[in-house]
Amino acid sequence: MSKTTAVITGLGAISPLGDTSKKMWEGLCEGRCGIGPITLFDPAGFGCKIAGQVPAYKVQKFIPSSYRKAVKIMSRDIELAIVAAYEAITDSGIITKGIDPEKVNINPTRIGIDLGAGMISCDLVELATAAAKSAVDGRFDIRKWGKEGIEQVTPLWLLKYLPNMLACHIGIIHDIQGPSNSITCAEASSHLAISEAAFMIQRGSCDIVLTGAGDAKINPMGLTRQCLLKRTTTENNDNPAGACRPFDAEAKGSVFGEGAGIIVLENKEHAKKRGAKIYAEIAGTGQSSNINSDYKLLEPDGKGIAAAVEMAMTEANIKPQQLDLIIPHGTGIPEDDLAESKGLEAVLGKAIATIPAWPTKSMLSNTSAAGGALDVIAAAFAISQGKIPAAKNLNKKAAGCNLNIVMEPIQKDINNVLCCSYTHGGQTAAVVLKKTDLMS
Amino acid sequence: MSERVVITGMGLVCPLGHDVETAWQAILAGKSGVDKTTIFDASTFPTTFSAEVKNFDPLKLTKRPQFHKNCSRGSGFAIGAAIEACKQARIDIETENPADGIDRKRIGIYLGAGEGSINNEVFFDCLVKAWNDKDNTMDWAKWAEVAFGGFTPAGELEQEPNMPTTHLAMMTGARGPVFSCLTACAASTQAVGEAMMQIRNGKADVMIAGGAHSMIHPLGQTGFNRLTALSTRNDSPQTASRPFTASRDGFVLGEGAAIVILESLTSAKKRGAKILAEVIGYGSSSDAFRVTDMHEDGRGPIQAMEAALADAKISYKDVDYISPHGTSTAENDSIETKAIKAVFKERAKLVPASSVKSMMGHLIGAAGGAELITGILAIRDNILPPTINLNDPDPNLDLDYVPNKPRKAQVNVVMKESFGFGGQNNVVIIKRYEDR
Repeated sequence: MSKTTAVITGLGAISPLGDTSKKMWEGLCEGRCGIGPITLFDPAGFGCKIAGQVPAYKVQKFIPSSYRKAVKIMSRDIELAIVAAYEAITDSGIITKGIDPEKVNINPTRIGIDLGAGMISCDLVELATAAAKSAVDGRFDIRKWGKEGIEQVTPLWLLKYLPNMLACHIGIIHDIQGPSNSITCAEASSHLAISEAAFMIQRGSCDIVLTGAGDAKINPMGLTRQCLLKRTTTENNDNPAGACRPFDAEAKGSVFGEGAGIIVLENKEHAKKRGAKIYAEIAGTGQSSNINSDYKLLEPDGKGIAAAVEMAMTEANIKPQQLDLIIPHGTGIPEDDLAESKGLEAVLGKAIATIPAWPTKSMLSNTSAAGGALDVIAAAFAISQGKIPAAKNLNKKAAGCNLNIVMEPIQKDINNVLCCSYTHGGQTAAVVLKKTDLMS
Repeated sequence: MSERVVITGMGLVCPLGHDVETAWQAILAGKSGVDKTTIFDASTFPTTFSAEVKNFDPLKLTKRPQFHKNCSRGSGFAIGAAIEACKQARIDIETENPADGIDRKRIGIYLGAGEGSINNEVFFDCLVKAWNDKDNTMDWAKWAEVAFGGFTPAGELEQEPNMPTTHLAMMTGARGPVFSCLTACAASTQAVGEAMMQIRNGKADVMIAGGAHSMIHPLGQTGFNRLTALSTRNDSPQTASRPFTASRDGFVLGEGAAIVILESLTSAKKRGAKILAEVIGYGSSSDAFRVTDMHEDGRGPIQAMEAALADAKISYKDVDYISPHGTSTAENDSIETKAIKAVFKERAKLVPASSVKSMMGHLIGAAGGAELITGILAIRDNILPPTINLNDPDPNLDLDYVPNKPRKAQVNVVMKESFGFGGQNNVVIIKRYEDR
């Protein structure tokens, strides 16, 4: 029995480098940086005042008029995912109810959705109005809240912030009736969702799966969390373009951002039959865990990353020297970058010194749950165009980092790409993409 | 040939007890775990009661409390349930040198776990102090000042929904596939289903699966109260969760964790593990209808049930007992009944379907896992748990909900259903283990 393969037939993204996946790729190729001063709110009281914000967008454009009233119960995370999903579906050539109800060319029960999501931050202004009405002598009073404050909260408030709502709204818009899941593993969410989506196709649960993630952390609550955890750089507010420096000796922390990356994964035979263009195949996936009682940081030796990468490489049935590109998680947090580099070296051995490694967060920022999907999209472009852009913000590699960071753009045939990610809670994930033999 | 997947351990922390047997005895006695809310002052909320886990301290159960001292309520429940489940499955935990013969790279974790509660005192204080009443704006500098002075790094990190998984990885040393999902009320059923698939697929020999959640906090209850999803039967909390009755008026918020140890049959046999049941089928679907309501035909639940039956390679005629989602909301109970009728056809009224939510409340993300455990126990003891408070049956709902008293019955195959807000539906089928 030949194994069913999942292939990528559609790409969609909204990122700090633009409102489409193509703009993101162009930006990456030009070495542009999507990080700038925070304008979504006044970050005056925060140590970090820069972030990767997406350009202005109108989510209504991507929602059929009959469903537009639902926008009022959508958090920004949900909106970003809707924008990216629309592009991915359109790009793949499938026609769903949300694209054109008259011309639907797929069976809605055979399409699934598996999206990663972050812990969605709630709109503080909305809650503050209610909280202010619940104050007695300037102090919040829970009894007053239970009676009066609560009445100020819109009835469907909770639904805005459930992380499964990304998948649910997109499912409703595009009439996706097959399997549906929402992976909530912070920065590893995308790769875990994509892994599981590929598996849904391999086991025959559906023919097509929409997968990836959306996350919007540029709000006071989200930034409060990252600042408290000391994961953000606070020294580069005047130099946004040079602020996020993965694997660089001068790295001072990460820069957070927002975005969504969604891909259409499809059963290879299904894609072949309808003559779809194929960007790349999912060759292997791996998942594991860093185990560290001080779980704010990775295990210093990156053992959990090594385990995930090893599993993905084994499944892809490739040797380290067959890798043409590594897109590491590379956040710009020195301890984590070093641990990741060590974990990769443990699996890839000497080959680590020669395989091009290309961290993207210097340009895209750390878009948390969405980051892994944006990297997979970049990998799909790299494979289909035979091109690796140059890394940014690397003047001198950090001591102990043995990755071969790409300093000049490379044009070459790219057959296998490794993407990896991890969370500050320990979950790790890796995806190996490969060039398809069906590519025209 | 894909691997058969069996259950070799289970653990439960729920409003009816801090371990499986205590909770099961309470269920068979038809006890309610619902009472006045004590976690926070809910006395003025539209709903003043909930199903709390009382007097539970995970730090007394773990050998390494220093690793878990900041954990959220949900993570704490997960720790308790995992300790019980791993003990039963004879998986060594909290040691650098496990001697159970299982390669840690072959142990994975898959939880349907919820986010933890924010530090409410600090949170609301930030809001009140940063709010500018004159022009209805927030002073973000003020917000930051109060927030950075009040919130702690660990407290914020521990709210992330992946953190229960993190704690279990620390305890067990699991290095295999680790996932965490949050598909609202369907999360832990999904986690068990997907975890089973990981073993079938050969990616792991053991998966620690289930869920953990607590939404009994001011914002959680605010959200559900505003959705009018909760019962407001404040004068009689113990009878508030009353699935399938004419007078049902919403679900009762509960909390807890449920863990099952899934294992490949090969691994279980090799270790001589005691097999509690076999997981034979899993199906997932989406309603693709509305985020607020289920599709009136129950098409999502129907598709998930049929997908699970097909995956299990059995017919609806083979199912002995249904553990329904049975939330006690007007909509769920009637649409679920309709869906069961569509799938089970002429047998619909013959297959008992009882909701233990009538006793333990709705554990949200952890609900499916906890209810699956009652299904395993139904197989083990050949007894059906009751739906309590079923004194005024809804005349339109006419299945056998096992009203009020447990019932002896031969139970070999159990279907567990869970449906999430937003329309994600998951169904898992388990079966009495037979050596063949």
